[in-house]
Amino acid sequence: METIREKIEAGEAISRPEALYLLADADLLAVARLADGIRCRLHPESYVTFVVDRNVNYTNICESRCKFCAFYRDVAASDAFVLTEEEIFSKIAELSDQGGTQLLMQGGLHPALDIEFFEHLFRGIKRRFPHIRNHSLSPAEVTHIAGLSGLTVRETLSRLKAAGLDSIPGGGAEILVDAVRKEISPNKIGWKEWAGVMREAARLSLPTTATMMFGCREKPEDIVEHLFRIRELQADGGSFTAFIPWTYQPGNTELGGETATGAEYLKVLALSRIVLDNIANIQASWVTQGAKMAQIALFFGANDLGGTMLEENVVAAAGCSFRIDREEILHLIRNAGFRPVQRSTLYDIVKFY
Amino acid sequence: MISLESISDKVKNGLRITEGEALFLFESKDLLGVGELASLVNERKNGNRVFFNVNRHINYTNICVKRCAFCAFSRKADEEGAYTLDLTEIKRRAVEAVQQGATELHIVGGLHPDLPFDFYLEMLRVAQSVSASLHIKAFTAVEIDYLASLAGLSAGGVLRSLRDAGLGSLPGGGAEIFSGRIREQLCPDKISGQRWLDIMEEAHGIGLRSNATMLYGHLESFDDRVDHLRRLRDLQDRTHGFQAFVPLAFQPENTRMQLDRQAGTTGVDDLKTMAVARLYLDNFEHVKAYWVMLGEKTAQVALAFGVNDLDGTVIEEKIGHDAGAVSPQFLCREDILRLIRKAGRMPVERDTLYRPLRVY
Repeated sequence: METIREKIEAGEAISRPEALYLLADADLLAVARLADGIRCRLHPESYVTFVVDRNVNYTNICESRCKFCAFYRDVAASDAFVLTEEEIFSKIAELSDQGGTQLLMQGGLHPALDIEFFEHLFRGIKRRFPHIRNHSLSPAEVTHIAGLSGLTVRETLSRLKAAGLDSIPGGGAEILVDAVRKEISPNKIGWKEWAGVMREAARLSLPTTATMMFGCREKPEDIVEHLFRIRELQADGGSFTAFIPWTYQPGNTELGGETATGAEYLKVLALSRIVLDNIANIQASWVTQGAKMAQIALFFGANDLGGTMLEENVVAAAGCSFRIDREEILHLIRNAGFRPVQRSTLYDIVKFY
Repeated sequence: MISLESISDKVKNGLRITEGEALFLFESKDLLGVGELASLVNERKNGNRVFFNVNRHINYTNICVKRCAFCAFSRKADEEGAYTLDLTEIKRRAVEAVQQGATELHIVGGLHPDLPFDFYLEMLRVAQSVSASLHIKAFTAVEIDYLASLAGLSAGGVLRSLRDAGLGSLPGGGAEIFSGRIREQLCPDKISGQRWLDIMEEAHGIGLRSNATMLYGHLESFDDRVDHLRRLRDLQDRTHGFQAFVPLAFQPENTRMQLDRQAGTTGVDDLKTMAVARLYLDNFEHVKAYWVMLGEKTAQVALAFGVNDLDGTVIEEKIGHDAGAVSPQFLCREDILRLIRKAGRMPVERDTLYRPLRVY
């Protein structure tokens, strides 16, 4: 612990074995201290940020059928849907009316929705809502659209960007270790493809984020590997603005089992802050942890509470439906001794509170 | 000049902290610093061990002559949803509890207008008849005070009669916040803070142990919390009859309190309150995280903030849930073991009097 503390205080990167030690053996508050020190160094102004956003899921039809997911449906399912453009526009109008700045649109890997569908949709969105940031399509969707449309990932991203895509969310990363992915999401892209999309996005100057879903089948070593792979991608020209770890929610899923406990979540969050000191922001996940834990997370490395999420369907499908509004976010931040700041997708200040 | 450093020096040297220092800790923004100190004290007292017990709550009636503003459980006798369990049902639940491995019944209820004193004595006898080794922890000081007027006895007389009928110890409920000014708004009909303390002193005096609670996160200030803790510490110095201190996070839903919409506690407030309690109440052996009110996640994290007891498996909790608590109705033994182990601690099942029954 002493040698790790010295390294961190000197601003040096820790090694994989050291990260594993922190995750598996070190005292929770001792790890929190290290993470909090890095947060203070990177965010000395003691702001805690959030974005006003909405998650719109354009379809729940998905060919990937991941075993940890409670949201996907087959084409023939009675509750399968694809939203029309009008439905999507009306959701964005609601977001805009409430002062929202970010649209996070993700959906299943639909067998028929190709590049032209998204180009048309994104152009329509940009024309109607030029002030809304379109932060959409995770790497698995980008890869799927490329395949359906006979395009490379680079061509796909270029065309989507030209049509109005502003940045790429880091969903679908799950655990970036293929042995784990085979077990929980055998039909989804492997870790190298996920990384490949993010590399191309960065080359095209598209900002990205990265996530990790843990508490499922992975070992502590896999969590460490995931964090280091993200760290290395970022060091090699990545465009990650934030890292968002969140926990597997077992309700209504094929895998079942338990969700990670509160102490495990905070430990992983703190370790993320320590390993990923080359990514500016770490988000707490109130969606999976609830308001109390998200606030506590501000002392375990997090400096951002994510979005207000006018709408969220994927985690809710797994039986986990915390709700939170702007007033509550402000209260949580102030009560923890920080100043609330509404931010844009790219972490520019929108409004001080 | 009080600082976290000066408090830390005292704590490390085993010295008592003052009320001013407790207030400083409540107001501190250094959540981790406060937690580290509380954890140090807890480790000294309990090492790596975390207690839990297997118990069942029986709320024998929700009919109550009082109407505390913070309570979502109480009903008038003729109100929809009012109920009173009869002795047959109480016995059935006790039998079921023993079959499920419970070592404790936690029995509390409303202040019923018509039940005779004999009902309470009989309830204890019936419950005890199920198993001689079953520990019956029952009746808050508020109920004891009420039974005294019902039976025309002193509180001491009531406690002795109940003890002879099988009462093993008292839970710590009804303390709320001792401050008279807050009680006037929160629960004007309820016994005073002083009366609560006096009854506990009587109970301790005849060999009955008890717990102590504090309901926080409503109208009270940090000063009120410190005042509450001070009165508990003073009494404990005299009697040493309190076992655990149990902070109760206020649940605002379905109550009659007109509070602003952000009422209730935050996670940071919960952790800090447990940590300050651990530091200030140096004469209490145990600080309990009551997961029913806190939620399992916060309760587990509290193990790093001075807490050494995760309460029980609590079959059928009604009072907190009627007020909107979103925790499950019960946790089974495996759930509790997992929470403790995943926090890196060693689970120890205890009986009501904190004797270890089994180390896991």
